This record gives sequence, C-alpha cells and structure tokens, in this order.
Amino acid sequence: MNSFDFFLDEEQRMIRDLARKIAEERVKPIREECDEKERFPWEIVRELAATDLFGIYIPVEYGGMGKGMFELSLIIEELSKVDAGIALCLAGTALGVIPIIHFGNESQKKKYLPEISKGSMVAAFAITEPEAGSDILTLQTTARKENGFYILDGTKHFISNAGEAQIYTVFATTDKAKGARGISAFLVEKGTAGFTFGKKERKLGIRSSPTRELIFNNCKIPRESLLGREGMGLMIALRTFDLSRPGVAAQALGIAEGALEEAIKYARERKQFGQSIISFQSISHRIAELASEIEAVRALLYNVCRLIDSNPRGKFTKESAMVKLLASDLAMKTTIEVIQILGGYGYMKDYPVEKMMRDAKITQIYEGTNEIQKNEIITAIIREFAKKK
Amino acid sequence: MRFIVCVKQVPATTEIGIDEGTGTLIREGVETIINPFDEYALEEAVRLKEKVGGIVTAISMGPPQAETTLRDCIARGADEAILITDKKLAGSDTLATAFALSSAIRKIGNFDLIICGKQAIDGDTAQVGPGLAEKLNIPHISYVKKIETINSNHIKVHRLMEDGVDILESSLPALVTVVKDINVPRLPSLKRMILAKKIKITYFGLQDIGVDPSKVGLIGSPTRVIKVTHPPLRPSGEKITGNIEEMAAKLVNKLSKAGLI
Repeated sequence: MNSFDFFLDEEQRMIRDLARKIAEERVKPIREECDEKERFPWEIVRELAATDLFGIYIPVEYGGMGKGMFELSLIIEELSKVDAGIALCLAGTALGVIPIIHFGNESQKKKYLPEISKGSMVAAFAITEPEAGSDILTLQTTARKENGFYILDGTKHFISNAGEAQIYTVFATTDKAKGARGISAFLVEKGTAGFTFGKKERKLGIRSSPTRELIFNNCKIPRESLLGREGMGLMIALRTFDLSRPGVAAQALGIAEGALEEAIKYARERKQFGQSIISFQSISHRIAELASEIEAVRALLYNVCRLIDSNPRGKFTKESAMVKLLASDLAMKTTIEVIQILGGYGYMKDYPVEKMMRDAKITQIYEGTNEIQKNEIITAIIREFAKKK
Repeated sequence: MRFIVCVKQVPATTEIGIDEGTGTLIREGVETIINPFDEYALEEAVRLKEKVGGIVTAISMGPPQAETTLRDCIARGADEAILITDKKLAGSDTLATAFALSSAIRKIGNFDLIICGKQAIDGDTAQVGPGLAEKLNIPHISYVKKIETINSNHIKVHRLMEDGVDILESSLPALVTVVKDINVPRLPSLKRMILAKKIKITYFGLQDIGVDPSKVGLIGSPTRVIKVTHPPLRPSGEKITGNIEEMAAKLVNKLSKAGLI
C-alpha cells in the first residue's frame, strides 16, 4: 500500500526498503515453519546484522549505525507486516540493550554492544515474575552483596528471547526496605553458574520468539554486573519502557498493515454473487476505515519517534504510552475484521491472517498492559494540569 | 586478484514491447533491475574476493540510467564500477556488445577472472559472455554452478550440463558464466548502500576505449532481426480427475476411443 509521504530522509527510505526486502525475501518463506515449530529465527538475526540493521540504534563507536528509535521502528514495522514474532528477535533484543546504551558504563558497552551489532548474540530483558506483573514493586528476586559479588536468587518468567539470548538485563531487589528505590538492574550472562532456564511457554502467538523462565539459584555475579547504581533499577526499567514502547507500537502497526494488505488482495480477487467482494459496501467501507486509522496511528508513531530522537533524555512517557495503546488496539481490531473479510479462508492456516490475529494480542499485553498505559497517560495529564495552576 | 563482473540493466518485467521497426526491445519507461543471473555472478566475485583477496570491478554497457544498476553492484559488494555509454552504441547486437566490452576491459588492463551471468533475461542470447572471451582471446567455461578452487593462475569449476556435471580446469585469466545454482546472493548492506550513493562511477565513451563507431551500434551489428512473432499458444491439456479407479477407467476409455489401444 502506498502511504503518506512522511518526509523520510534518504537513509530512512533505504532502511525501510531494505527491511521490506528482508521481510519479503527472507522472512516470508520461513514464517509458517517458525510459527508452527516455535523456532527462533537465527538466520534472520544474521541477515539483519549482515545488512547493518540489527544494530541500527546502537552507537557507531560500538559497531552500530548510530540511528534512533525512529529507524528501529521502521525496521520493526516492515518485519511485522510479514511476521511480528520474527520481528521480536530484533525488538526483544533492543529491549534488553536499551538499558545498556543508556545506563551502562564504558566497559559494559564495549563488552556487549559490538557483539549485538554483529548479530553474534541477542539480548533479553527480565523484570516480570510470577507474582510481579504490572505491580513491579512486588519483585521477589533478590540480589545480596557478598565479598565483592552479588548473589541472585529468584525466578523470572515470561521472558522473551530467553534461552537464545546471551545477555540478560535482570531486575532484582537489593534493599527491600527502600521499596521503589531498592531495586537494581544487573547484566547476567547465559552460562553463569546458578543461572538456568525453566520451562518454555506454549503460546497463542509470537511463537517463534521463545518465552521462558529464568531461574537464579545462589547465582554469583561480579560486582561489575551492576547496571548504573544500586537502587536505580526501577528508574532504568521505566525509562527503558518509555524508549521501547514505540517499538511495540511499530510491531502492532506492522501487523495491522500486513493484515489489511491481505484483506485488500483477497477482497479484490474473491468473487461472490457474481462480483468481487470489494464492490460490496460492507467490505469496502470497513477497509476504508481501517486504512484511515492505520495512517493516523502511523502519523502518531512517527511523530513520537521523532520526539524521542530529538532528545532521548527528554520526557515522553505519555506520548510513548499513547502510541503503544492505540497501535496495539488497532492491530487487534484490524486482524479480527480482516479474518471476517476473508471469511472461512481467514480462519484457515492457508492464509496468514489467523496468525496475525494471534500475534496481535500480545501487543496489548506486554511492555505494560494497555491498562497500565492508560495509567501512565492519565498520571502525566494530571501532572501537566497541576503544573498549569 | 582482480575480478571483473559484467552486468546488464534489464526490464523488471518479462512482458515488454518490441519495436516493430528495429526488432529491439522497447526499454523506455519500464522499471529496471540488475539482470538476475548477473547478481549470482557478482555474488560469486565478491565471495572469491573475500576468500583470496583482490578487487571486484563491475562493468556495464548501456544508457546513462544503467548507472543505478552499477550503484546497486557497489551496494552488493563491488569495489568499483564502469559504465560504457555512448549514443553510437544503441542497437548493438551481441557481437558488437562483446567487442565494446572487450575494448573497455583491455583498457582496464590486468585481470584474473571475468564472471558473467549465463544470459540476460531480456534478450536471452547467452552469447555475450563467450563472445567477450573470444574477443579477449582467453578461455571460457559457461554454465558454471560451482567454483571449487582458484589460485593465481588456475581455476577448477563444475559446469552444469543437461545430463550431469562436468568438472573442468582452466588457466587464468579466463571467463566463466554462472547459473543460479552457484550461490544465494546477499542483500545489500546499509553501509554499502550509503557508500554506493557517493561513489564515483567511471564513464567510458567510444573514444575512451578506442572503438571505431562503425564496429558497434546498429551499423556495426551483423545480426538483423527479420521478424518477431509470438510462439503459438500450446493448447491446454485435459485433466482427468477422480479416484485412481475412476481416472484409470476414463483414461482407458479415451485411449481406446482414439484407437491407441
């Protein structure tokens, strides 16, 4: 579909077109298999790295392309048009890497970022626990200091990229008495003694992206694994979400676009009652409405990304939450309607739209449920109003 | 080592008009791509370079807009690119094209291996590669599906035949044309795409390569397209359906009706 000209510069157009090519030529042929067999797409990680896209947002001095969240979102959007689960190899890694870029010290950056840029490792972000979902402050995982080391104990679950990732940004309580200021973030490498993986979850969608438990049992990590300072964990997590949520929005937008494209293709070809079903108003108006909403969300997403990139240290919690909320709801709505347009065919696995619907649902849930996004938005609004007085 | 890859810009579609007067393809206003077989040739050259070192030169003959194809070659790993372009070249047949290419390559000087796609998807002649080798007076091997070994003066390749594979050796310099089984071309990388936008493409006109205008273009091309026709459509066959017993019964019935059994 032709979209509005969003005044992408020449390099942004190159990035988008290259990502589109990878999605069409490399992702599409494996999407069904990766979904069916729950297989992690390492070949796509390598392809993205070989084309310089895997580290697009990583600073140049660490082997990346030094671009921003906008360029990252463009790639996630293009990949997600074809397969939002496979897009997670990039997006899930970014979630684990953003804390290193923004809060890591020089030696942490030097150690991990070039490997990520090269695609020789992927990363993961581990905050969620069985008893701590939206309520982050109830984290049970602890990190206690001992002879210049930290000892991690506890279980993380629902961790994307788990098992495949080499490096994990893990959140744990260093001082329970301090509450929100008692949480710290650590970089933990796969293979560390006392760090194992629990069961792999069987999921509705994004099945090519592994979701597993991380189990820390008397896991001794060096002091240098601490990200930022002790007690900064919650701030690091919230800040990371502010930066990463547009990525979820891009993923959701991609799903919606990919699904709508399937609907248009189908509706033009499918004949019933002697004519293409796109000539029926009930179909064509639905498509017209969805296409308009997609453009509106895209306009918001690109603007939020530009806002973030114009000052990555600025404040954009509200904007980032808004676009995640709207994009993910639109992805869900679009995929459901698109299946209806395809009728029985849409319900079958011969067409990709049932998978798109399954993949869409998670975007309303992870990196903060949409209910949490609304809390973030209203908190920001109330704060803005209070300031005016 | 120096690897030269010959590339052609071709229409992105196979549904293309033909100029009734000259019998040549109408190329104006059609979206273009790098000839797909040339992508394999370029990829192979880049892989060889990565293995044994050296440089890859992409060369094309065509109108000035063929520059986009050469920039694409840079993005896919070529180190430098040359475009032979001159109005007097218009209408060149395979002989004239091979002659112009050979003159340009002589001007470049030393090289070790020339790699071409087995044919272009527009003209489908498969003649320019071998013709070029003849003009340069070097050995050539066409339909190569694997380059097994290469060193400074020797190459060992697998040639795809209809009934099998030939394993052949040749001295260098030489020319090979490649089939699509040889590799899976990489996608251009972002860094190289950015580089490709900036890099200077060398332009050669007829004078630069010392070519007599009477040897190229329509006048220098002995090939004359007398007439272009569409092949007659093959009538579609009849599909016999049903379970095995039904299909067998229908088939026997038809064959006996036709007096064949």
